[in-house]
Amino acid sequence: MTMITSALTLLLQPSWNPIETLRLLLEYHFMQNAFLAGTLIALLAGPVGYFMVLRGQSFLGHALSHVGFAGAAGAVWLGISPVVGLLIFGALAALGIGALGERGGRLSVESDIAIGTVLVFSLSLGLLFIRLASSYAANIYAFLFGTVLGIRDRDVAIIAVMAVLGLLVLAVIARPLLFVSVDPAVAAARGVPVRLLAYAFLLLLALSVAVAVQVIGVLLIFALLVTPAATAQQLTTRPAVAIAISTSLALIVIWLGLAVAYFTDYPVGFVVTTIAFAFYLIARARRGWRANAWRPARMARAGGAR
Amino acid sequence: MDVKQPVIEFDGATVTLGERTLWHDVDLRVLPGEFIAVLGPNGAGKSTLIKAILGLIPLSAGCIRVLGRTNQQGSTEVGYLPQRHAFDADTRIRGRDLVQLGLSGTRWGLPLPGLRRLWGGDRTARAEAKRVQEVIELVGAAAYADRAIGELSGGEQQRLLIAQALVTRPRVLLLDEPLDSLDLTSQQAVSALIHRVATEFDVAVLLVAHDVNAILPYLDRVLYIARGQTVLGTPHEVMSEETLSHLYDTPIEVLHTRDGRIVVVGQPEGVAYHAHDHDH
Repeated sequence: MTMITSALTLLLQPSWNPIETLRLLLEYHFMQNAFLAGTLIALLAGPVGYFMVLRGQSFLGHALSHVGFAGAAGAVWLGISPVVGLLIFGALAALGIGALGERGGRLSVESDIAIGTVLVFSLSLGLLFIRLASSYAANIYAFLFGTVLGIRDRDVAIIAVMAVLGLLVLAVIARPLLFVSVDPAVAAARGVPVRLLAYAFLLLLALSVAVAVQVIGVLLIFALLVTPAATAQQLTTRPAVAIAISTSLALIVIWLGLAVAYFTDYPVGFVVTTIAFAFYLIARARRGWRANAWRPARMARAGGAR
Repeated sequence: MDVKQPVIEFDGATVTLGERTLWHDVDLRVLPGEFIAVLGPNGAGKSTLIKAILGLIPLSAGCIRVLGRTNQQGSTEVGYLPQRHAFDADTRIRGRDLVQLGLSGTRWGLPLPGLRRLWGGDRTARAEAKRVQEVIELVGAAAYADRAIGELSGGEQQRLLIAQALVTRPRVLLLDEPLDSLDLTSQQAVSALIHRVATEFDVAVLLVAHDVNAILPYLDRVLYIARGQTVLGTPHEVMSEETLSHLYDTPIEVLHTRDGRIVVVGQPEGVAYHAHDHDH
């Protein structure tokens, strides 16, 4: 298998002509599926990631990806589609974390203890399911680091339905969700259903994770959910612009990742994560530099005001 | 012109949380444009009073009518500024967006820039942007409204939050400790701003405070809550040794400094120097 892959990569060289490179990239059906699935996932992960970072729920996203691992492993054991396992487990865990993290009528899903407990329990469940299924190590490897090159037509269809559904739900709740995320007390007073939105977003996050895990894997999911969103928030403070940047970055990262991985022998997950990380570092450096450049002016103004 | 109708009416309102009755049989009429301070020791139920008006906490007896209605939850005619700690320094959202959320944050769905023209959505959007700019200028936050809210000082954040509470043109403004955590200069500036809003737009203001002094020059009345009871009256009626000693059922000393400040000494929760309290 690896010998064939190596042989393939020897034959495949990117051309200086972008159209020719694109033709080479999309020559095989599995690459078409990979690009299609990757694009759909990035379109969903960009906006959902923005809200996740804004709400300070990155750890929650991380935990849900580990839950996804258990779900996928369980599905393999039961002989059903991993997507189904990912979705069911993700939804159950999202509701479970929500219920465990609720204190005094208010949802504090950022409650790290509830999240950590669910995270470690689902990891152990995943381990149990793998043992029960006496699954191949290759399967586990695929859950952990993604199976981007093994995505079938049916998977693409499921991913498409889930991504469209997720984006529709997000579009409906976007503005109240933003209100609740920034200013929960005022939002509640204005009649925004805080609890309902908290749970709706948990389920949306579980859905996004379930979709993304299939391509990028459990361990590298942050490359699509967190890093582009965090980068976008470094670059702008406008919600709409930040969501646009976050989504664009997720798209760029997954496309570049797939392309580089196709023409070289590096794993997709590694390339995607590295590019995302590089973008984040640049954005941080840019903001740090600008903050330094502004400091004298700001200090002068603050001094004048007091 | 006829007599002004009260915007907030309490009729024997009582709140019981678990076994404990926070306050009982409160009667209160708030008129448009009135500026009332809600004072009292920690845990007396000042914030609860505000939440009861908002309909977030149920009454165990009596009723509260806001603008003639008993269930006022989610009304655009009531502006609210909750008790809070400052925004996290990493909150990467503009002050302008925060104010805008006061208008659009309760709406479901997304406006589609191209399609919304069909039902006049772009005109609404322009009118809203104009209104947001208007309140930002009203509170004097134009210089920093486009910076991330987390980078702003406490006073700047408070002004933007007041702008958010005002953006829907409410007739009632409920402010829960808006002056806490502000330095003295900001306290005075924000107090003056609230007073201006109350008089210029005929908005009734209920302001929960620890320190009466910053708002003292502007107050119409004071509602003092302690030991489950309330006293209502002008600042000098309420902030007197006689009234407070009766309320606390223990001798209270009220000192008037030469610059017109009021200092209350001998409250059971300890000495509360009203100008500066660090008792929590």
